[in-house]
Amino acid sequence: MSGSRVIGRDFARRLLRNRLAAAGGAVILFFFLVSALPGLFASHEPNRIDIVNILRPPSGAHPLGTDDLGRDVLARVVYGARVSLKVGFVAVGIATALGLFVGLLSGFYGGWVDAVLMRFVDMMLCFPTFFLILSVIAFLEPSIWNIMAVIGLTGWMGVARLVRAETLSLKERDFVAAARAQGAGDARIIFRHVLPNTLAPILVAATLGVAGAILTESALSFLGIGVQPPTPSWGNILTTGKDNIEFAWWLSLFPGLAILVTVLGYNLLGEGIRDAADPRLKGR
Amino acid sequence: MTGGIYRPETDGALLAMVNVYKTFPVRKSFFSGEDLRVRAVDGVSLTVPPGKTLGLVGESGCGKTTLARLAIRLLDPDSGSIRFEGNDITHMEGEALRSTRRQMQIVFQDPYSSLNPRMKVRDIVGEGWLVHGLAKGKELRERAQRLLVRVGMPAEAGGKYPHEFSGGQRQRIGIARAIALSPKLVVADEPVSALDVSVQAQILNLLKDIQEEYGMAYLFVSHDLRVIRHVSDAVAVMYLGKVMETGPAADLFREPLHPYTRSLLSAVPMLGDAPSERIVLSGEIPSPIAPPPGCRFHTRCFMAKKECAEVCPLLREVASGRFAACHFV
Repeated sequence: MSGSRVIGRDFARRLLRNRLAAAGGAVILFFFLVSALPGLFASHEPNRIDIVNILRPPSGAHPLGTDDLGRDVLARVVYGARVSLKVGFVAVGIATALGLFVGLLSGFYGGWVDAVLMRFVDMMLCFPTFFLILSVIAFLEPSIWNIMAVIGLTGWMGVARLVRAETLSLKERDFVAAARAQGAGDARIIFRHVLPNTLAPILVAATLGVAGAILTESALSFLGIGVQPPTPSWGNILTTGKDNIEFAWWLSLFPGLAILVTVLGYNLLGEGIRDAADPRLKGR
Repeated sequence: MTGGIYRPETDGALLAMVNVYKTFPVRKSFFSGEDLRVRAVDGVSLTVPPGKTLGLVGESGCGKTTLARLAIRLLDPDSGSIRFEGNDITHMEGEALRSTRRQMQIVFQDPYSSLNPRMKVRDIVGEGWLVHGLAKGKELRERAQRLLVRVGMPAEAGGKYPHEFSGGQRQRIGIARAIALSPKLVVADEPVSALDVSVQAQILNLLKDIQEEYGMAYLFVSHDLRVIRHVSDAVAVMYLGKVMETGPAADLFREPLHPYTRSLLSAVPMLGDAPSERIVLSGEIPSPIAPPPGCRFHTRCFMAKKECAEVCPLLREVASGRFAACHFV
């Protein structure tokens, strides 16, 4: 069956043939490149204040214009990409690790372990996540690390449910029974036989999760409780944009576009991975 | 001497299951709260002597797979006992169970779900060695390669993944895994049912060759009477969680005693040495949630009389070495 070749040559071929997914992947690659080599894309310092040139529209010297302190918007968007990527990956990393841990434990051992963990998941899902994050950040110092931790700690429930469901079905497979008969212990069965077979759906969930985390970070930064100025982030550039929206459209448009394109890229790639991993879902 | 109740021989037997019961819960009725259970294995006793093959035959859903899994403690029985080489393994746990398990392995029906798609063939075959600290690294690769060649796989198979092979080849990999630890008992749970007929013969012959070479015993589960006849030294016929008849394979196929066995054999024309009339069973196999009272088979039996619905016949010796659970045999 196709389940066996989820991460293989066929998978890559199916993924690349999906034009939307390939485009999404290209966008993500581009922003990776931008974060890795910002000097290549922006000639100005992101934090260099230039009082003479405040709120200048796009021009040759400042392709995306300048903000209310005369800082180059292109440079700020470029350096902000790094924040978005970092938040996306670290937050989703935390969420995925937690979700894996809870889901594997819950699905594999079942019984009261499952009951307790899943009720905890239900409880976590009852909180409106964004307001939970707002109140947590209100007590903590707003910093990028706190943001990542909080987004991660409130975003693992979906992964946990997914992994639990996969584990429930995987642990009944014959190859798990065979491993038991060979004398394998629980740890070996979980890490060698169950975990590797849950990776495809997790990859999809994680990719889509990155998009969500980037959006959440932008929103928090926009509200002023995320990444703190002067560190540029797409969200806090938008805040400046909001204050000057009547006479400096470029200050809102470009960071907004960056968010839109990146989130779209992750969503397209995530959906592409899902289709490529399970060809039966194609066209639905 | 005949007439005695079937008692599994516990001395000298490799595997002895004594009066084993296993039920599975089914969804409780929401309104009545009634606790329904499937009685998958309902008081079964049997023995497998060392180096021999016991064929376990029956219709789908009669509990033979459950029994096979109980035999090697992949499932725990509700009651009854399981003895392996004279030791009671019914409640064995931890390290003792792990080391006993080296002696008993299983070959599964479905060659697709029985191999981990994310592991290379050599790691699948050699997992037991790794777990028991018998081989790793280069030695594991070499031993796996030798074993794979022994079961008829190409030498380079070890470095590939299961999906690169056909059903028959996958079953060979499953067999290699089962014999890797040189077990004394291999439970073969419908090992050829998922394969083409031409491939079936190859796999059956492989299993026989290996048995001669390694001297292990088989508990061979199948619904296919021709397969059972081909491999078995002794046969047990199951119906709805109970053994209906058991005895040496040659005798049982030459002269089936229990009406259920007779009807089964009559359904396979080329098996009847003496051409006999086809006995057609009416109706479906009853639900194992609420099996019929008395003899399990009386609802479909052509010989059934009034007492069959009231008294459950015991498995008793009706001829030398031959046992049947019927009032009228």
